[in-house]
Amino acid sequence: MSEAPAAPPAGSADQYRADGIDLLLRPPEPRAGWRLLPARVVAMCAVELQKLRHDSTELYTRAVQPALWLLIFGQTFTRLRAIPTDGVPYIDYLAPGIIAQSAMFIAIFYGIQIIWERDAGILNKLLVTPTPRSALITGKAFAAGVKSLVQAVVVILIAALLGVALTWNPLKLLGVAAIVVLGSVFFSCLSMTIAGIVLNRDRLMGFGQAITMPLFFGSNALYPLSVMPGWLQAVSKANPLSYQVDALRGLLLGTPHHLALDFAVLLVAAALGVAAASSLLGRLAR
Amino acid sequence: MTPDVAEAVACTGLAYAFGETNAVDGLDLTVREGEVFGLLGPNGAGKTTAIRCMTTLLPVLAGMVRVFGHDAAGDRMAVRRLLGYVPQQLSADASLTGRENVALFARVFDVPRRERAARVGQALAAVGLTDAADRLAGTYSGGMVRRLELAQALVSAPRLLILDEPTIGLDPIARTGVWEHIGAVRAATGMTVLVTTHYMDEADQYCDRVGLMHRGRIRALGTPTELREGLGARRRAAGTAGTDPLPTLEDVFRDIAGSGLDESSGDFRDVRSTRRTARRVG
Repeated sequence: MSEAPAAPPAGSADQYRADGIDLLLRPPEPRAGWRLLPARVVAMCAVELQKLRHDSTELYTRAVQPALWLLIFGQTFTRLRAIPTDGVPYIDYLAPGIIAQSAMFIAIFYGIQIIWERDAGILNKLLVTPTPRSALITGKAFAAGVKSLVQAVVVILIAALLGVALTWNPLKLLGVAAIVVLGSVFFSCLSMTIAGIVLNRDRLMGFGQAITMPLFFGSNALYPLSVMPGWLQAVSKANPLSYQVDALRGLLLGTPHHLALDFAVLLVAAALGVAAASSLLGRLAR
Repeated sequence: MTPDVAEAVACTGLAYAFGETNAVDGLDLTVREGEVFGLLGPNGAGKTTAIRCMTTLLPVLAGMVRVFGHDAAGDRMAVRRLLGYVPQQLSADASLTGRENVALFARVFDVPRRERAARVGQALAAVGLTDAADRLAGTYSGGMVRRLELAQALVSAPRLLILDEPTIGLDPIARTGVWEHIGAVRAATGMTVLVTTHYMDEADQYCDRVGLMHRGRIRALGTPTELREGLGARRRAAGTAGTDPLPTLEDVFRDIAGSGLDESSGDFRDVRSTRRTARRVG
């Protein structure tokens, strides 16, 4: 057995009473019904923003790759004119795809964070709070959305610096934010669902890397649907990233789009993602 | 059913198996309201699994668990509102400040915005972390992190505080500090404390009653003094007391576990988790 504890110093009940603990004697009034979900979402998003405030290194390092895509791939293919873009300069056509890609990269690895939180005991502690699992997953997914949104702002600024003709209409930018968050909710839930299946950080890294590029290349982020072979068109139509890119392109560049369909597909995908990840969360707690 | 306020926790025939391994095997246990109850046993005794059933982290598949009369299987949200839980791992988020760590739990326990800052401040003051509140938790010592976790648990004014190996890996000074804070908060608030530990000396010194757990069941239950004196009496009756001083709780445990207490206690995951926590607290 271990060495006995050292001689006691410290606190007494009298000291605590003197310091004032009146609030700690009274349990807070429970939130009920519909107000619970937004409260948990706000709590998780606040944590994500606090973490970014303390250390924003990740924002800058993650901005390197999209910057390279736009700078090298975008500028080169603009000169080549190899991809039909209906008269839009290729770098402009590419920018919304890269915004969606960089947001997806953040979200798709969010499951690693939940496994880390499981290993650190943080997840268990949250699961012992009056938070339904679906609310916890929704909160985490929106937190991933907030992180992706901050990243998207950085990429939009890079694109603007490279001369991409983006809209600055506030309403359209609000729509862009909603689309980025919705897409990230889906991809982070996909990641947390896989986390609930594989239960292990290394395996999840492997899965993340295995699906990220197929999701990216199997979408309309780099080239339009019309130039894809038939099988890839089918993949692209089943890929939520395509709908996210379509909406971003329409909102940011004013190209033809299907905004209502894009929003609907992303909403349904996000809801299914929350349901799947919530149902598997219990496996992580065991 | 009307909740029985005299019983903070009541487990009847609780069982939980991981595959072929019966981690908890028919646990009967009552924790009285207001006491500090120690659940003792080596790694793999089933303490953490039992705690996870009580905290609703694991489903209650066999037997029954009630927390202040609420069924842990059927009324999980009500049970969670009564609990403050500190897991074995160092579970404060190192990338947030102490204040932000506590504020997160104030938010998820629905502390209204108008009193959130004051309540978080009181919780931090109660564990002596006011001065360090705005530093990142990653810069805290092991003992400070444990006290921060205590503040996270206290901010919702729980009726039952559950601590899983709260002093594992801490040096003696920090261990004493953690126990002193637990004792003082309990005295000031009247909350019930359920703590698991495999440090018998701590249980002897700080717990009102202890349950010695081995292979998924409680093998002895009582105050530390009762258990030690009981073994002393049995030894004297059997003529085996010799010149030994009064037995320790560790002697009581060895007496109960007999040859079953060996180095095979605790699986790989238990030991890895314990060592990880010990490494993090330095």
